[in-house]
Amino acid sequence: MKLTALCGCATLFALSHTAHAESWQQSGEVQIQQRGFFQKSPHSDKAPKHWQGAFMVEPLWQKVTESSLTSVKLFGRIDSHDKARTHWDIRELSYLTYWGDYEFKIGIDKVFWGVTESQHLVDVINQTDSVEGFDGEDKLGQPMVQFKAIKEIGTFDFWLLPYFRARTLASTEGRLALPTPLQDAQYESSNEQHTLDFAIRYSHTIEDWDIGVSYFNGTNREPYLQHSLSGITPFYAQMWQLGTDIQGVFGDWLLKFEAIHRDSLESHFAMTTGFEYTQVGIFDTAMDLGWIAEYSFSEQENAINQNDVFVGWRLAFNDMDGYEVLFGLNQDLDSQHTFSAKLEASGRLGENWKWQIDAWAFASNNLSEPLFIFKDEDFVEASLSYYF
Amino acid sequence: MKIAIKATLITGLMATSLMSAFTGHADQSKGLELAKLRKQADSGWQDSQATLTMELKNAAGDTSLRKLRIKSLEVNNDGDKGLTIFDTPRDVKGTAFLNHSHAAKPDDQWLYLPALKRVKRIASRNKSGPFMGSEFAYEDLSSFELEKYTFHFIEETTLGDQGVYLIEQVPVDRYSGYTKQRVWLAKSHYQPLKVEFYDRKNALLKTLELKDYQKYLEKFWRANTLVMNNVQTQKATTLTTTKLKFKTGLEVNDFNKASLKRAR
Repeated sequence: MKLTALCGCATLFALSHTAHAESWQQSGEVQIQQRGFFQKSPHSDKAPKHWQGAFMVEPLWQKVTESSLTSVKLFGRIDSHDKARTHWDIRELSYLTYWGDYEFKIGIDKVFWGVTESQHLVDVINQTDSVEGFDGEDKLGQPMVQFKAIKEIGTFDFWLLPYFRARTLASTEGRLALPTPLQDAQYESSNEQHTLDFAIRYSHTIEDWDIGVSYFNGTNREPYLQHSLSGITPFYAQMWQLGTDIQGVFGDWLLKFEAIHRDSLESHFAMTTGFEYTQVGIFDTAMDLGWIAEYSFSEQENAINQNDVFVGWRLAFNDMDGYEVLFGLNQDLDSQHTFSAKLEASGRLGENWKWQIDAWAFASNNLSEPLFIFKDEDFVEASLSYYF
Repeated sequence: MKIAIKATLITGLMATSLMSAFTGHADQSKGLELAKLRKQADSGWQDSQATLTMELKNAAGDTSLRKLRIKSLEVNNDGDKGLTIFDTPRDVKGTAFLNHSHAAKPDDQWLYLPALKRVKRIASRNKSGPFMGSEFAYEDLSSFELEKYTFHFIEETTLGDQGVYLIEQVPVDRYSGYTKQRVWLAKSHYQPLKVEFYDRKNALLKTLELKDYQKYLEKFWRANTLVMNNVQTQKATTLTTTKLKFKTGLEVNDFNKASLKRAR
């Protein structure tokens, strides 16, 4: 907690320090969203039968100087039913300064590692804000101190991560929830959330290859779900992880590979590998069609991507309104009737508005598959955003 | 008699082909010479920072405006480096595009998506794709390098009231979206006034007009207005430079993946 406080103080100091000279730029997003579920919840009568609505706001303030960048990004969502989905967060509250080949950052921020599309194995700095979206792309802000050195032989990053954020999980008053009520989280570390984690990463571009090697030591972002009569208790164990991500570019092709060895309550190896192939200007139009295929393997038996294939198509219209459609299918190779499918479509309406429609379908007839609990949660989600 | 006719025919054919080979060589060397003058006239600017607007117009006449900034670094003996930051449309604000042009091999390109904090590599083939939904392809905005084309001088002519050299340039890169480009170079400053782009079927696809030339640092001629017309779809894009500064002190470490992430 001391470190978090220190971190916050330093950020505030940095913020006040830079508060003169140049002005703050304000921008952000306001969104209304409606979800429609095809079936009623199999787990809870309190959950909405078909309709779940939400309102979201995400303002961002930034200040840029010759040698620094200060960001404040807040986030809040109000959900019509789910108290767990009604939440707020500090996505960013950070001060970054740079000189020569070095960068130093203090505060709350988000870090992304990796290259694959169907899942992000090596990416472990930030906790997933899983009530936000089913794809796991949304993250909670993480307090950090970061030092970066960009050298001829590659880029070196070091992080100190004071404070741990528990994963957001839908409650039984909402949809896409776990089958029984959630209990308070438990931790392997006696310091619970007040741990000091650290991470290092080396990355480099050599000709047509982007490579990365990362090491993380701290609290496992992925909870072990412990079932009991009173409900489900998320248990956060300690872990260390060694990861690598490699990407090669060859003409129309991007080749991708991510792998981790993670030592937590148990020790396991997992990987995702595949390609992205882009057809530019299909059917003599300005449209691009991207083909994505990825294979995932994990030694962890209850992993979602234990032995799975993902195939996806992304159609970019390259028009004034930026229309884009993505369709993806994730098939479990061990269980023929276990798969998930998603369809995403989005476009701009004028200069400031954007619409997005996401549809998900889940299927499983195998009780032991992690996807089984979602089999009656097929839904369509429509969002309308105003950007300011 | 028959044989004699054949022989004359063959000699005639040989002569014409020899001649065309000879003139072809002359066209090529003159074309290359003019391209060298073009490159030379625009060398030594070191770095620049520009603020631009891009107006997209569809066939129905609807328009949409984008605002962007481009930082550029001149690199000797290779392609230039460029960093483009998008300010509008608002939903892509903060998106940044890093381009390392190369003389002899495909450019290296990365895109930074601020919402995901993710840097994505762009496949080299995408160079022929549209830049931000505009009529400019990524490759149209890449730096001009001699190694990227073979040049043929066509003729000396006039464009409006200006004396010009008409040159045909054929892209070397097989991932280029064009079979050839016809370039009208101003005799006065060796910079292009007009470019025609021919698609993979060798049909005219786009015409680019470069207007409002201004002399910077008493040496470098830059067009402040670029109008790209797609003659096949009737869509058009106008790229207007509203601010341009040279020798601003940018360095090579302002053009790597780390600087892409902090570009604003």
